[in-house]
Amino acid sequence: MIVAKRKPLNEIADMVAPYKKVAVIGCRSCVAICLAGGEKEVKMTVSALKVKNKKEGRRQEFEALVVERQCEKEFVKEVEDKILSSDLVLSMACSLGAQTIGDMYPDHLCFPGLNTGFFGVPEEQGVWSEKCVGCGNCIIHTTGGICPISRCAKSMLNGPCGGSSNRKCEVNLDIDCAWAAIYDRLKLQNRLDLIESITPAKDWSASHAGGRRVYVREDARLTPHQKKGREAVQ
Amino acid sequence: MKAGSNLEKVLESGKFAVTAEIGPPQSANPEPLEHHAKMMKGFADAFNLTDNQTAVVRLSSIASAVIIMRESVEPVIQMTCRDRNRIALQSDLLGASALGVKNVLCLTGDHQTFGNEKGAKNVFDFDSVVELQVFDALRREGRQVGGEVIKDPPKVYLGCAENPFATPYEFRVSRLAKKVAAGADFCQTQAIFDMNMFEKWMDEVRARGLDKKVHILAGVIPMKSAGAARYMKNKVPGMIVPNEIVDRMKNAKDAKEEGVKLCVEQIEHLKAVKGVHGVHIMAVAWEEIVPKVAELAGLLPRPKSE
Ligand code: SF4
Ligand code: SF4
Repeated sequence: MIVAKRKPLNEIADMVAPYKKVAVIGCRSCVAICLAGGEKEVKMTVSALKVKNKKEGRRQEFEALVVERQCEKEFVKEVEDKILSSDLVLSMACSLGAQTIGDMYPDHLCFPGLNTGFFGVPEEQGVWSEKCVGCGNCIIHTTGGICPISRCAKSMLNGPCGGSSNRKCEVNLDIDCAWAAIYDRLKLQNRLDLIESITPAKDWSASHAGGRRVYVREDARLTPHQKKGREAVQ
Repeated sequence: MKAGSNLEKVLESGKFAVTAEIGPPQSANPEPLEHHAKMMKGFADAFNLTDNQTAVVRLSSIASAVIIMRESVEPVIQMTCRDRNRIALQSDLLGASALGVKNVLCLTGDHQTFGNEKGAKNVFDFDSVVELQVFDALRREGRQVGGEVIKDPPKVYLGCAENPFATPYEFRVSRLAKKVAAGADFCQTQAIFDMNMFEKWMDEVRARGLDKKVHILAGVIPMKSAGAARYMKNKVPGMIVPNEIVDRMKNAKDAKEEGVKLCVEQIEHLKAVKGVHGVHIMAVAWEEIVPKVAELAGLLPRPKSE
């Protein structure tokens, strides 16, 4: 899932201050799971903004909305009238939701209410951790199922570095050293040979380093005819 | 001879080598480098120039190397993977070699959050093992990592660092083995304070025959104060400083003198460890003490370089 954090209230308040009518739109997917931009957080943010405005004598209109998945046009369409009748959309989805609205209504302003962080997982109640950076060429079958690119602070291919201390990372002693974890996992699986040999230079061209990525599946695309049909139905 | 450096000659002729460290200044002033080069000339075989160590911006290691070479002192340039991708690393290797630098130490590098540019974007296109492998192919075959074969490849003697005191301990010799397989000619270790642990590591190094394939230079740090000992014990990840040493520094009448004494004892001890082919003296911000340490530890005179 995509893990995000809400921006500080003051930053949001400053960002939206010039606009009279603000549609605050959350998302029921990842950002709801990570308690950043689901229905509850949208409502809480709207009431906090209202309280702040009242205290500071500012008049603004807020509407709290939430869609199923803000990164998909079909779901955004459901609140199109609310978007178009607002002066500003404050997206409380991840940046993908915010950009979807921006791309669908390019003459309309849509600002991000969240800071989008990473691809990660919920570890326990209230804790989320990063586990992938989308390098485009997964190697975790060789590293005991643990991603060194995202979980090692230096994205090492041949770790652990000399800073690994008590199996914690030199960069943050509260965080496990990814390579110590890889070593332990491979040992458990009787596959230490994998870490004994050198992993050569990685080809980063499949990652963002190679430019923006667009994946196309020709077999899944609609024909022009099918596209027309679908538009007609809508 | 791979590069024909003084360090290479000393090590390959089976002599006990001495290297020391010179930290480039946080300024554009070459004088501190010139001063340290003049002062330490003849007290070690080659001098490491750190590459923005602990991610603090300093005069570049390659430029520093050129400055000390003007004083007829041999450099070992450190090259980290933190700030340069494969294009810049290979380019700087060619440039350094063209300028006459013959010893290169390959390092992954300290993370930028330790330094004075915490907002930096790091690179880490390579790690130290990959860097060694790529530099080795470049010097031997002129082959770049992307496949292009160049004329007039760099002539360099390649080094690595290894830390016997980082976790998991049982993997640290394997990690050295990977660096040796990648092309390392010499290895400077992390500073050693726990001799037992180091000797255990060396036992395994010898058991795997690695001492025959790579020259190990044992790292030492002369300490100025008890505070320095405590700091290294508690604050430097991957460093082990036994309590006895902290206490010894704390109880000393003259901490500086005790620090030198301790360092000299450590060197004497390390000289006797089979498979150790030299020492690497890291007198961080205390370069002045290197001649004294070298003298008291019986490391002088250094073999003459022609
Ligand atoms: S190796 Fe790449 S694709 Fe696989 S988990 Fe890590 S970053 Fe993601
Ligand atoms: S301590 Fe471990 S996780 Fe941290 S940078 Fe070093 S190898 Fe990577």
